[in-house]
Amino acid sequence: MTHVAVSVNGTPREADVEPRTLLVYFLRETLGLTGTNVGCDTSSCGSCTVLLDGESVKSCTLLAAQADGRAVTTIEALASNGDLHPLQEAFHRNHGLQCGYCTPGMLMAAASYLKENPTPTEEDVRESLEGNLCRCTGYQNIVKSILDAAGSMSGAKA
Amino acid sequence: MTTTELYIGAEVLRKEDPELVTGQANFIDNHVLPGMLWMAMVRPPYVHAAVNSIDTSAAKSMPGVVGVYTAADLEVGGLPFVWPITEDIKVPVHYPLTKDRIRFNGDAVAVVVAETREQALDAAENVTADVTELPAVTTMEAAMADDAPLIHEELGSNITVHWSHGGAGDQGIFDTAPVVVQEHYHQPRLIPNAIEPRGCLASSIRSMGEFTLWTSTQIPHIAKVTLSGVCGIPEEKLRVIAPDVGGGFGSKLNVYAEEALALVLSRETGRPVKWIEERSENYVATTHGRGVTHDCTLAGTPEGKILGLKFVEIADLGAYYQLLTPGIPELGGWVYMGPYAPETYWFEFRGVLTNASPTDAYRGAGRPEATYVLERLVDAYARKIGKDPAEVRRMNFHPPFDVATTSICGLNVDSGNYEPALDRALELADYQQFRKEQQSRRDGSDIRQIGIGLSTYIEMCGLAPSNILGALRYAAGGWDAATIRCLPTGKVVVATGTSPHGQGHETTWSQIVADGLGVTPDDITVLHGDTQVTPLGMDTYGSRSLSVGGVALHFAMEKIKEKARTIAAHELEVSEDDLEYADNAFRVKGAPDKARTIPELALSAWHAHDLPAGTEPNLDATAVYDPPNFTWPSGTHICVVEVDTQTGATDILRYVAVDDCGTVINPMIVEGQVHGGVAQGIAEALYEEAIYDESGNLTTSSMTQYLIPGATEIPNMTLDRTVTPSTTNPLGVKGIGEAGTIASPPAVINAVVDAVSHLGVTDVGKPASPERVWRAIRDAKGGAA
Repeated sequence: MTHVAVSVNGTPREADVEPRTLLVYFLRETLGLTGTNVGCDTSSCGSCTVLLDGESVKSCTLLAAQADGRAVTTIEALASNGDLHPLQEAFHRNHGLQCGYCTPGMLMAAASYLKENPTPTEEDVRESLEGNLCRCTGYQNIVKSILDAAGSMSGAKA
Repeated sequence: MTTTELYIGAEVLRKEDPELVTGQANFIDNHVLPGMLWMAMVRPPYVHAAVNSIDTSAAKSMPGVVGVYTAADLEVGGLPFVWPITEDIKVPVHYPLTKDRIRFNGDAVAVVVAETREQALDAAENVTADVTELPAVTTMEAAMADDAPLIHEELGSNITVHWSHGGAGDQGIFDTAPVVVQEHYHQPRLIPNAIEPRGCLASSIRSMGEFTLWTSTQIPHIAKVTLSGVCGIPEEKLRVIAPDVGGGFGSKLNVYAEEALALVLSRETGRPVKWIEERSENYVATTHGRGVTHDCTLAGTPEGKILGLKFVEIADLGAYYQLLTPGIPELGGWVYMGPYAPETYWFEFRGVLTNASPTDAYRGAGRPEATYVLERLVDAYARKIGKDPAEVRRMNFHPPFDVATTSICGLNVDSGNYEPALDRALELADYQQFRKEQQSRRDGSDIRQIGIGLSTYIEMCGLAPSNILGALRYAAGGWDAATIRCLPTGKVVVATGTSPHGQGHETTWSQIVADGLGVTPDDITVLHGDTQVTPLGMDTYGSRSLSVGGVALHFAMEKIKEKARTIAAHELEVSEDDLEYADNAFRVKGAPDKARTIPELALSAWHAHDLPAGTEPNLDATAVYDPPNFTWPSGTHICVVEVDTQTGATDILRYVAVDDCGTVINPMIVEGQVHGGVAQGIAEALYEEAIYDESGNLTTSSMTQYLIPGATEIPNMTLDRTVTPSTTNPLGVKGIGEAGTIASPPAVINAVVDAVSHLGVTDVGKPASPERVWRAIRDAKGGAA
């Protein structure tokens, strides 16, 4: 067993896990944070996207042990103090989700991307979603949601 | 009875979203029970093999393993197949664990249960099967050969079903017409790829003989009745729950081996048993779609009048039948005339078994297959006679009608008005402008050529009138049900027989009921997907939910209002005839301030202190609605592409969809359905294809090889609507879940072909990958690239 200590959503968490335990199963099964979904076994779909030290990663691609000593943020912590994140609001407002299975990954990928590029073009947003697949929406309203959120976030800062 | 429409037609934001955007949804893999075991399937790496023996001893001794079972160890029946479409169809036996023969990549010979997910998977890898490999056939052509190895020897042939629609009109026209167009089209197998894989959790109370199955399914109700038989569980002792379901697209319109095995293993072990599909399993063990070829003939005049349409199809059924398998091509059989009015018609198909995953419903289910070949054929005809494909379509449209009219295929079409959608789509697509641009680039021999593709379609939804399903030899009916319960606090609980998995029924159903009962959508809770909570229902598939389940709401509200009117008349001391329903209340005619709202009457009915004689307490009602007819959406899709004639690469410049789904309850949700449907159709046209190698192994066996398009591959779409209300139901609704996937593949392929047709290309194959397009151009030029 490997001892893993990770800051998850701002709280120190630790556990002994099998060395082969993937970060996503550490989050889902050891810590009970089931908001992060698993959609494939090839790091293709991006449903499992979380933030590692603030940057988006596919949590099925990392071992839990690789997150040792680092900070992970999951969908459960995207809203703060009961207020939805502007991206969550925008996905709701623009019908950016249907079945919702890819949505946590989309939101975390977009949250990471908007920190890098707060004023993206539509093309930028589409390219930023390269690692996230959605089967329901045809992406149109996801892209619209992220652009809408970018607008409201930069507006809030201004 | 007047109803004030406040919410129907409005873009009400979805009630489903808050839990989904915050990670609080309850997908199947989030379910955990005390003492829960994990199940893993043993699928040996063979395509076609006789199983001599299975060695489970090593697996049984591994850490955490509770049991390893083969078919001989379990009492479980064959999996359900409910659509024997002809009297003489050959039906293969399909057990959850195969007994002596592996017939495709996904066939399982054993199942492991262990304490953890990893222990179950580890042990499954250590079950070995001693087999004698057999020659495999994964193409229909190979499977139909005289000396082909038989997939199921007891059936005597791999060709198991022949269904003919029968002809209408003068069949001689296909020889004698002044213009005869003959084409052969192939549509490859597709892998549905709901982003949530399948999964289930079974739990039992053995002393009571009671079972609960949570499963990622579109059809909890059908699963309950069929699994009851498969597993030997009395139906009333089996509860099936579809939790939040992460997409289906037809692939979860099925009853699978793993659901049956989890149930019997929960009985066997006395502990809850959970199984979650890995994506690699999903590619072989979940149903595929399409996989058909068509020989097509169009008889017409030189002026552009379509006289006759004839389609002879071969459908790849796979190694077994799943729930509906051979019924899928039959479903297409009713729409091969499209929105046109030919005088002569023929359709038939043969179903062929192969050593590949079973095919079954995939978004559109039969109708995309039909629409693809019809719309390709119409374009081929237009090219042959040198006419504009838009005008050929226009001159062949069935004239507008708002009284149900029998089509040449034999079913009644509820209503139709096809030209306005064509006109609007041509306008939105800047059709004439792009034609000019196309000519200019052709004249200039540009490397990048413009192509414009049209698809004018109709489809049928609202599956289905039960008597027609019976006539078609389908085992169940096509009705659906709703229960509406008005609570004393003015709130409303709706229980529906449909089972959504992304379509937003909670929101749409709330809009309908809010308008009908004079409350707000927020006052309403919609329950679904739990066989112990909802009325008996028929679930969600075939774009049926609104046009059947949604209409059941209307009839349940009629019952509620009838009772409410009686109570209102009693309280207001007038006769019922003196009341009218206006502005969300029963009002005394001439004295509208004397009024009772439904929530007020719900409270009266609940405390029941002063009800009229013979009136039962409480204000609730259940209605079961069996549609008298199908509903028939229609529309025009136009795709404009730019094809690089040197590389074969296609870029979509514009995509326009003008759909007519009758009355629209929530335009935002309707547009979302079209976006997603078109995206899946574009994927089908340009990217996706299940490929088997010569020995029958699926080579596109993961998301890294099977090209699901991302956000950079799918364009923004321009949408609009026409509204031709259905005459089938009082809401006037038709259905929109599948329209995008039905209409879009031929629009895209027609555009690609159109871009290079001046080079002599008449087909590019599907999907139109750069390589295929490049080869088509090279071949048209006589082999010189």
